[in-house]
Amino acid sequence: MTQQAETAEPKIAAYLCAGCGLGERLDLERLAKVAAEAGAGAVEQHEMLCGEDGVARIRGGIQDGATHLVLGACSRRAKTGAFNFADDGAAVARVNLREGVIWTQPEDAGETTQEMADDYLRMGCAEAKFMRAPRAIAADERGANKRILVVGGGVSGMTAALEAARAGYEVLLVEKSGALGGWAKSLHRRLPRRAPFSAPAENDTAELCAAVEHEKNITVFLNAHIARTSGAPGRFSADIAQGENTRTENIGAIVQASGFRRYDASQLPEFAYGKTPDVVDQMELEALARAADENGAPIARPSDGKAVQSVVFVQCAGQRSEKPGHLPYCSGCCCGVSIKQAMYFKMRDSEADANIIYTDLRAPGNGEDFYRAAQEMGVVFTNGAVERVEAGTNGAQLAVHFRDHVLDEDAVARADLVVLATGQVANSGVDISAVEKNEDGEKEKNGNGKDESAEKKPAQVSVPVESILQLDYRQGPDLPHLKHGFSDSHFICFPYETRRTGIYACGPPRRPMDMHQAMEDATGAALKAIQAVENAGLGRAAHPRAGDLSFPSFRRDGCTQCKRCTVECPFGAIDQDAEGYPQFNESRCRRCGTCMGACPVRVISFENYSVDTVGQQIKAIDMPDEFDEKPRILVLACENDAYPALDMAAHNRIHYNAFVRVIPIRCLGSVNAIWVTDALNAGFDGIMLLGCKKGDDYQCHFVTGAALAHERMGKIDDTLNQLQLEPERVRAFEVEITDIARVPQLINDYAAKIDEIGMNPFKGF
Amino acid sequence: MSEVATNQTILVAGGGISGMTAALEAAECGKEVVLVEKRAALGGRVSQLYKYFPKMCRPHCGQEINQRRIRANRRLRVLTLAEITKLRGAPGDYTATIKIAPRHVNSNCTACGDCASAVSAEIDSPHDYGMRKVKAAYLPHNLAWPQRYVIDASIAGGEQGAAARDACRYGAVDLDMREETIELKCGAVIFATGWRPYDAAKIQPYGYARYDNVVTSVEFERMLDPYGPTGGKLLRPSDGAEAKDVAFVQCAGSRDRNHLAHCSRVCCMASLKQSMYVGECYGEDARATIYYIDIRGIDRFEDFERQVRADERVRFVKSKVARIEQNADGSPVLHGVDTHGARRYANTHDLAVLAVGMQPSVDANEVFEEGATSVDASGFIQARDGENGNDGVFAAGCAADALDVNRSVQSATAAALRAIQVVNRAARA
Repeated sequence: MTQQAETAEPKIAAYLCAGCGLGERLDLERLAKVAAEAGAGAVEQHEMLCGEDGVARIRGGIQDGATHLVLGACSRRAKTGAFNFADDGAAVARVNLREGVIWTQPEDAGETTQEMADDYLRMGCAEAKFMRAPRAIAADERGANKRILVVGGGVSGMTAALEAARAGYEVLLVEKSGALGGWAKSLHRRLPRRAPFSAPAENDTAELCAAVEHEKNITVFLNAHIARTSGAPGRFSADIAQGENTRTENIGAIVQASGFRRYDASQLPEFAYGKTPDVVDQMELEALARAADENGAPIARPSDGKAVQSVVFVQCAGQRSEKPGHLPYCSGCCCGVSIKQAMYFKMRDSEADANIIYTDLRAPGNGEDFYRAAQEMGVVFTNGAVERVEAGTNGAQLAVHFRDHVLDEDAVARADLVVLATGQVANSGVDISAVEKNEDGEKEKNGNGKDESAEKKPAQVSVPVESILQLDYRQGPDLPHLKHGFSDSHFICFPYETRRTGIYACGPPRRPMDMHQAMEDATGAALKAIQAVENAGLGRAAHPRAGDLSFPSFRRDGCTQCKRCTVECPFGAIDQDAEGYPQFNESRCRRCGTCMGACPVRVISFENYSVDTVGQQIKAIDMPDEFDEKPRILVLACENDAYPALDMAAHNRIHYNAFVRVIPIRCLGSVNAIWVTDALNAGFDGIMLLGCKKGDDYQCHFVTGAALAHERMGKIDDTLNQLQLEPERVRAFEVEITDIARVPQLINDYAAKIDEIGMNPFKGF
Repeated sequence: MSEVATNQTILVAGGGISGMTAALEAAECGKEVVLVEKRAALGGRVSQLYKYFPKMCRPHCGQEINQRRIRANRRLRVLTLAEITKLRGAPGDYTATIKIAPRHVNSNCTACGDCASAVSAEIDSPHDYGMRKVKAAYLPHNLAWPQRYVIDASIAGGEQGAAARDACRYGAVDLDMREETIELKCGAVIFATGWRPYDAAKIQPYGYARYDNVVTSVEFERMLDPYGPTGGKLLRPSDGAEAKDVAFVQCAGSRDRNHLAHCSRVCCMASLKQSMYVGECYGEDARATIYYIDIRGIDRFEDFERQVRADERVRFVKSKVARIEQNADGSPVLHGVDTHGARRYANTHDLAVLAVGMQPSVDANEVFEEGATSVDASGFIQARDGENGNDGVFAAGCAADALDVNRSVQSATAAALRAIQVVNRAARA
């Protein structure tokens, strides 16, 4: 993609609203002159611009040939319905005179308020001049493939495949083993999904397998794995290897349903696993129960075939523990499974003893009914922690030594069989951040910053992993892991947020879960895959800038092949071509602008958001001279959190310093150092970067943007040094959207600090 | 609206995080969606929370993103102050009856606030569970969307309403608005009607109705909001004293056949989170005690539980609290038996927070035609296993189960696909 030259000169029309007090507080005539001087060919005032008549006037302007609109009214977050001219093909710059000026300035401020409004209008005109209404990339450059690839043929994968197929999409299902069904097919019974939650339910996995096999929209590949994946949403290409044969299939999106591995119980010698066959894990108990069912006999003890009269379940075996080799997390479903398995015994023989030793019994939701049903059947629940299991000799019972928490004493339970409730280990492929570290012998290269690498202690469970997806991406072959090997989203509100657009993990690779949850999750992931192909087909961005048509364009002749954009893109959207130039994959791109912020030679830009659309705003700001005692502070505010916080401050009429000029930006990661350098050279006395939280619990909507901005601050410090300016002149702050009073306070405190250190000596040069 | 909806429209009931998600996910797949919200603004219960577990971040950050997605999507239309009262028909061909309450403010509203300045009458703030008063002309909360005021029905017919109307320079106040009922065609329906807190007054031994210093977990959330009833200060309702020693009473109504038979899932995590709030307010002086049956810090939440357990200011007592009494200075005294060691206790705290259970907020049986869907004993809407694995009515989020936010959003995303399957079938037919 190369930058297209804008052929026609933009025709700017400015509209000034007199409503909401703007007419009373501001000199609109003066503003009209400012707009005309700043390049607006037409300037109109209106009593209520957002009203029907006002909007009609604007449309009239477009009909008269205006290509660029500058709307001097309220915040870009207000009246969005009225001021939507996307269908009219006009580029719109919103100038925030209401929330940004009159609502945050005292009534009696006079001159400084007007100067603020003048500047914002100049900035709006400058922005408009350098922006174009975003147009989707040409249809022939978009990927239009709508097939969905599902990797994994267990319950999650089959559900994802079936749900997508039932919505009318063609699905390729790749399963590494010789049969569909995954772990689920070997279960004796499953947890109940529907009321009355009082007994184990039939295992209907075979029906699910049959439904998949009969679905005409699904093609199943057994004994197959993915040998290579390349491309982007709408135009992925996957090599599916089956034995000696590899075939290349084109697909539009991917659901990764690669399931889990059983925790290796042989790491629990204290529980006698491996020392006696009469200590089994939950999967092994399922096999015993199935065998018993097939033989029409009681569940038999593996060592001698004797009917099990007593069974002890050890909850949290090797889980919820910080011991080396244990899982630090809870697998979420083992309590329910043990309840179900205890019922296997009690439902066959009410005289059999089934004892579940637990610390916290976790049966959420209607699981409580199931728990209660087990109690009514006579399953014993013992609150305690198992310390060790001793194998009996010569057919004697096993001895389970535990701390009884109720009696607060050590106790022993004897049983014919012991079941260890061990956990799930995510089958989520290669930990790409660990691989990078090992290969390069240095810290994180994908820009996560120091905080995350500190958190990434070696996985508590080390299992040999092979790549699931074999992505040929610059940033590694699999989805990035979040924690404990899970490929989950970091966002509570957005569980399907993925760092590889068009690829959605579901089921146990995301977090430990039972079948019911995995099926629900798989359905959600199938929707996201469908959404990805639909959006890619229209050239639109995926979440969180859903529907955005702009995409980064790149000027090849200026590029120095420094690779920073390819390394820093939080979504792995940029590859390298054979000559080492960045290769943008537009439908992987999330339009955050991190690449634009990274580029030292400023060759990356969006149609409506570029080095110029912001840089020219900075240049448009009128800079009073040193002796005016009117400092100027530039605030680059994240549009997701900091900017709304300022808007809400305005709604609460919280005032802040009149010398700041706020520019909303897509993400702190998109801040190019040239803006800062230019602003300092132009005489700005201070620069505030307001972004989201970084680090382990990052809030940045583009994952690493905020962290990158802080890292880049190091380079800005060098600039300050060279210019012999105080380091305080540029500061980055973490703010939250709810910091309604705090953000104005930060601004005021910072302005006071600037007052203290004095004016920028570069003013007037 | 009724003219444009067709049998390929997906109707979503409820504009909380589940409903917003279901509506957006479907609309962003290119489907026509109508979202119906009973309150005056979107966001639901999540917008009333101070922070989320386990990240301790603000729910409003995601709400802003969702609202921006809604503003940007023309396939998605939102009706506020509206409720589905009846649904009839079959998959691919439903007719919903929707009752719309009057806002008394039309789309001219610029949210300038002149009406509120002109009005002196006050009402209980719906956003704050009635814990404070707001003007009867109000914006529901800071992040409210639609960004449009509401003139409360209590003043619409009187002088105060007239004052609001006269103060508005944009003709936005319309006192003649009346409740209206419309019918809407749609092909599939997603019920994302959410939950309500169990009525704590029904748990008689806990004295919620008798003692000021026994509050619910949802009220506690509001106390932390800087724009809430206490301005973000953790103070005792009885005397305004600092509440530095707070008791959290788990399973208040949940896991109890006399109240809610099910486990509400989120309350353990919510109380762990709220114990951190006490620390946030009072630092080293903070004390929190969590009285619990089982701590259900399920799956990766274990990390958060471990973090809270490592905090010396937080104490855990394995016990179902038997009763709460009040001492002379109004402090709640909790009585019960500590299961660990079987010891009786009578512990005095500054404030007791009841971790109240979740129950579905809408009785689906009243809305649906008989047999259109089924609910379980707790009132949650069950998935139906009809032809092709579903019917045309789906539940999302806490209408389907007691779920946390993350799981609600997963559930809503899944529901969106099931609805899409139905309207796609209708389109092909």
